Amino acid sequence: MSSISELKNIAKHIRIDLLKSISEAGSGHTGGSLSSADIFTALYFNILNHKPDNPNWAERDKLILSIGHIAPVYYATLAHVGYFSIDELQTLRKLGSRLQGHPGKDHGLPGIELSAGSLGQGLSVAVGLALASKIDKKNNYIYCINGDGELQEGSIWEAAMSASHHKLDNLITFIDRNKLQIDGETENVMSLEPLADKWKAFGWEVFECNGHNIEEIINTVNTAKTIKNKPKLIIANTIMGKGVKSIENNHKWHGKAPSKTELEQFISEVY
Amino acid sequence: MKLEKNENKATRIGFGEGLRDIAKQNTNIIGIGADITSSVSMNIFADEFPERFFSFGIAEQNIVAAAAGLALGGKIPFFSTYGVFAALRATDQIRISLCYNNLHVIIGGAHAGISVGADGATHQALEDIAIMRALPNMTVLSPCDANQTYNAVFAAVTQINSPVYLRFGREPMPNFTPKNLEFKIGKGQIFTEGTDVTIIATGHMVWEALEAAKELTKQNISAQVINIHTIKPIDKTLLIESAKQTGAVVTAEEHQIIGGLGSVVAEVLSQNYPVPIEFVGVNDSFGESGNPNELMVKYGLKATNIVSSCKKVLSRKLKNY
Ligand SMILES: Cc1ncc(C[n+]2csc(CCOP(=O)(O)OP(=O)(O)O)c2C)c(N)n1
Repeated sequence: MSSISELKNIAKHIRIDLLKSISEAGSGHTGGSLSSADIFTALYFNILNHKPDNPNWAERDKLILSIGHIAPVYYATLAHVGYFSIDELQTLRKLGSRLQGHPGKDHGLPGIELSAGSLGQGLSVAVGLALASKIDKKNNYIYCINGDGELQEGSIWEAAMSASHHKLDNLITFIDRNKLQIDGETENVMSLEPLADKWKAFGWEVFECNGHNIEEIINTVNTAKTIKNKPKLIIANTIMGKGVKSIENNHKWHGKAPSKTELEQFISEVY
Repeated sequence: MKLEKNENKATRIGFGEGLRDIAKQNTNIIGIGADITSSVSMNIFADEFPERFFSFGIAEQNIVAAAAGLALGGKIPFFSTYGVFAALRATDQIRISLCYNNLHVIIGGAHAGISVGADGATHQALEDIAIMRALPNMTVLSPCDANQTYNAVFAAVTQINSPVYLRFGREPMPNFTPKNLEFKIGKGQIFTEGTDVTIIATGHMVWEALEAAKELTKQNISAQVINIHTIKPIDKTLLIESAKQTGAVVTAEEHQIIGGLGSVVAEVLSQNYPVPIEFVGVNDSFGESGNPNELMVKYGLKATNIVSSCKKVLSRKLKNY
């Protein structure tokens, strides 16, 4: 298993490759892809029990990406961990590509668990998967990644209720808490706070961590796994655009692609 | 009528400018934002009337039902998001809170059709007409260019007092109708006279239909082009008259063939004056990522597809089936 410093280096390359692919495509979601790159690295290179050479292995842990728009970081991570070649990232969003603008299972990309792109559905799907595992007495975990703006969808809270009602302790969901969405700050668009208290009131065990500290992410998941009879939520505090200083914390980069010249500059900045 | 392309302009800009300008005349109009305010051009209104713009976040179902409440309270709410989410995410709220109560709320269904491009299937509204037109009390508008979208906004506020679904697109497309062309809800418009075949089109496909008619003229086929900006209520009289005149019909839309404009035309003509009909539209499949023009070609939504459908329907007319 990779050391923390190796994981940091992997995250850096995932950032570079996702930037390249979005720039080549000419459109795509840069901000949220960068803010969740460390979470993806921690999950696919440490936390998840999975087999990139056998994507349909029945006992695998499953990750549901509820915010389909951050497909670029999903694809870059899957490529780096071995599901398909890194070269294929350059086909993002092009006609005939397996790398659709939002993940589409039908297009045959290995590692994709769910077609997504309409916000507020993935957590419910994760609830169903977690329940299916319970019924079959499987020991795998179901992970989900949600956006913070996404939590404004009412269906998220229906999912939240059902997960605790059915005591789904095999479900661990992350919130990419970058505090930004398309129109601006989440607290101005539709306020979410007090966020942790809301989830606690819905019966979840709630954790917070620095979403850019891979070690902390891994440790938080390990602690979460010790809690029984409840679903677990990890509020990962992140920065939109993280890793490229000149665009950090700027909601204008939610869905903007770097031009060719910006790309060179951004790659030189990545840390 | 002079139909000349002056510029390319996105119909969503026509929506935003129309909303800003009608709001100057009618102070009851308010706007509701769903976190994609600029994408749907509602920022043009919000910048001018910040006190009449309310952010509701990414919560389409709540927005539609809250809009019903605002309408009951005497306001005229505009809500817009991508058509896939506007029409489909909150369908039940639209059906009961808006339509069953028959409330004057205007829903802007943005990013209509496959021309949305690289975002792919999840964001390409291809079923919204079918679903919205099935709802009692709903008026469905699908203007053909930016100027007409501007006029559709005015019509939606001033001509009726019931729910409206107004469909428009993302990409800059030919803007060719005169600014002052009358928009009468429920009235189709003959854009080109013709005698051999009728092309009935809506939205972005109207421009393609005009191009197709030009090509057909070169081949000695006279095509009548009808712009249907109101899918519901449909202009039955015009459809029947035209079918009688030409005896063959092709429909064209950036939407599923199932349930869209083609179905409307078939419903009307099969009951009143059956003629052969061919359908240009998406054939029961999801869209995908690609650039808008590539996708229009791949999914058979170009003038050349209309031309070949016209030839096919003409041969059916001859053989009488
Ligand atoms: C149901 C639905 N409504 C609207 C959208 C359009 N949309 C895509 S991403 C997004 C903002 C999401 O915000 P957040 O979850 O905070 O993600 P981030 O901005 O951090 O990437 C919106 C409104 C959508 N994809 N699905």
